[in-house]
Amino acid sequence: MGAVVALDTLFNGGQVWKGRPAPPAASPQPTGHAALDAALPTGGWPEAALTEILLAGQGVGELQLVWPTLARLAAAGERIVLVAPPYVPYPQAWQNAGVDLRQLSIIQAGERDALWAAEQCLRSGSCGAVLCWPHKADDRALRRLQVAAETGQTLAFAWRSLSEAVNPSPAALRIAIDARPAQLRVLKCRGGLARATPIAFPVGH
Amino acid sequence: MRWVCILFPQLALDAALRQRADAEEPLVLLTGPAQRRVLQAVNDPARALGLRAGQSMSAAQALSKGFATAEYDLAEIERWQQFLAAWAYGFSAQVSVHYPRAVVFEIESSLGLFGSWAQLEVRLRRELDGLGFRHRIVAAPNPVAARVLANAYDGLVVPDDEALKEYLGQLPVDRIGLPPQVATALSRMGLRTLNQVQALPRNSLARRFEAPVLKHLDALLGLRQLALAFYLPPDRFDVRIELNFDVQSHQALLFPLRRLTGDLSAFLCGRDSGVQRFDLHLEHAGLPDTLIKVGLLSAERDPAMLFELARGRLEQVQVEAPVRGFRLRAEDLPTFVPQYQELFDDRPQQSLPWEQLRERLRARLGDDAVHGLRFQADHRPECTWQGRGDSQPGEPERTPGAAKRPGWLLTEPLAVHQGSARILMGPERIESGWWDGDDVRRDYYLIETRAGQQGWAYRAVGEDGPLWLQGWFA
Repeated sequence: MGAVVALDTLFNGGQVWKGRPAPPAASPQPTGHAALDAALPTGGWPEAALTEILLAGQGVGELQLVWPTLARLAAAGERIVLVAPPYVPYPQAWQNAGVDLRQLSIIQAGERDALWAAEQCLRSGSCGAVLCWPHKADDRALRRLQVAAETGQTLAFAWRSLSEAVNPSPAALRIAIDARPAQLRVLKCRGGLARATPIAFPVGH
Repeated sequence: MRWVCILFPQLALDAALRQRADAEEPLVLLTGPAQRRVLQAVNDPARALGLRAGQSMSAAQALSKGFATAEYDLAEIERWQQFLAAWAYGFSAQVSVHYPRAVVFEIESSLGLFGSWAQLEVRLRRELDGLGFRHRIVAAPNPVAARVLANAYDGLVVPDDEALKEYLGQLPVDRIGLPPQVATALSRMGLRTLNQVQALPRNSLARRFEAPVLKHLDALLGLRQLALAFYLPPDRFDVRIELNFDVQSHQALLFPLRRLTGDLSAFLCGRDSGVQRFDLHLEHAGLPDTLIKVGLLSAERDPAMLFELARGRLEQVQVEAPVRGFRLRAEDLPTFVPQYQELFDDRPQQSLPWEQLRERLRARLGDDAVHGLRFQADHRPECTWQGRGDSQPGEPERTPGAAKRPGWLLTEPLAVHQGSARILMGPERIESGWWDGDDVRRDYYLIETRAGQQGWAYRAVGEDGPLWLQGWFA
């Protein structure tokens, strides 16, 4: 413990190799929203994982967030499954968003069966994206969905109430949508720090 | 080596045993009139108790009480032989049930498809073990020789007529398929083996015995062709399992169900067809059967899948009375078209194809639970959507106009309270449907609630009431 060596001299002398954090691999699933892609560490949806979208009420652009992704997946021939959607999807709007309706399947199910059906779809690996609206899902149910998404290498989206934001969640990505002002907040993202500043998210009007 | 004989040494017993979950339970098959029941066949655990075939029932009961009994039913044996012929039909087009308790089929023309005989024999044995039948397999140049050699050998392959003569020559005369009195007469003449019989002058044999004896010997050595009637598989599958006790829970039905679906699958593979719908009958004492219909969107024949789907339907059914018998009927057997799969799939984990997943979901959630979405060219929002069964690929969709429409549509419109929302855009007049009596004349507005939600609401033309919310711009 004799001589005190200045760090600068060590670094400048090239005697110490300095590791840099490797950037996470770019996601093959861009969200289609440039600002959001920039904010996410992988530049897109976390691959083969559950994404949670939290919103206070309907009609704040919660579908517009995923439509570009769904359109891209449907064009690639992947199947998109809606498990127990809360309302009827308006075909014209979905088609205007570029989603091929032939790749769309809707599963009508009750509260408990919906989680089962979503898990089956995710686990099967035959779907490109599985969309679900769990109402009273607890931590365990969400973890099951997350594991199923990993097993089946499938994108999973779950829409939940904004009041769930305070509860912890196993989802790889959590995004809250605010209506006023129209913005997105990334609450949690795997592989990086969540960006504190909200992202402007103009609803398509 | 052209013909294969598979002999089922205890067909009746195997058929009865495979319907029981516990194969180690002592079981005897009974025959004879009610006054004098005789043991016809016993399995190994029953033999360990000291029971023998030919004993009377009273003697058997004096020895032990702990054994199960079943009826030795000739019609049942016949049916199982037909079933095994249907299974063998998957390997050869020329299958014969000429001999009792055996299946004979021509194999050489199928070896190009199934590979060498050694591989095929392994496969035959594996499938028969899976089905639960004990067997002896012999391959020989002609069907008669194959059947006769199956009496003495298991796993024997006779390549040509020379070798056949050697093997047959060593067989004792009472094992070569001759009538018993002929075999006795030969042995009393001091002839023990077929070689000795062959050494006799042909005309003296012809003088001493009736014509069928020489014909049989010629057929055995391949000098004469035996005309066989070939098996034709039936167009339907109908198998019934009688449960020997009252079943109260569906758990106890799973074993027979697995057997039935497994048999159905073996039958379908033999016919190279699939099944699209089949019925499960639950039979009750004194009540009409409970009928469970299982329907699939496409023809399938994988045993695990058939079992899982049938199980999904079975578990949902409530029956009033205990179940006595279980029956599976399949009338509609369309051609099986294997799923097209790419060798290098994008997604390596694609373990379960969508078609199977859809069947699984339908089995649990109901037939109408899974549907697609189709655009209906109609301006009335409530008429534009309709579910469709997504079995058909569907035609390319027409591109509609670029009018802004909400992503979500409410099934029932909701009244918007005065003052809780403001109008952002509108009105857009939608006026349609005068031809089908469901006339609609509405002005649509894009509204925004105080919370910032954007909705799609309408007011009928000429009315002055509240706005009706019909969709969310989600």
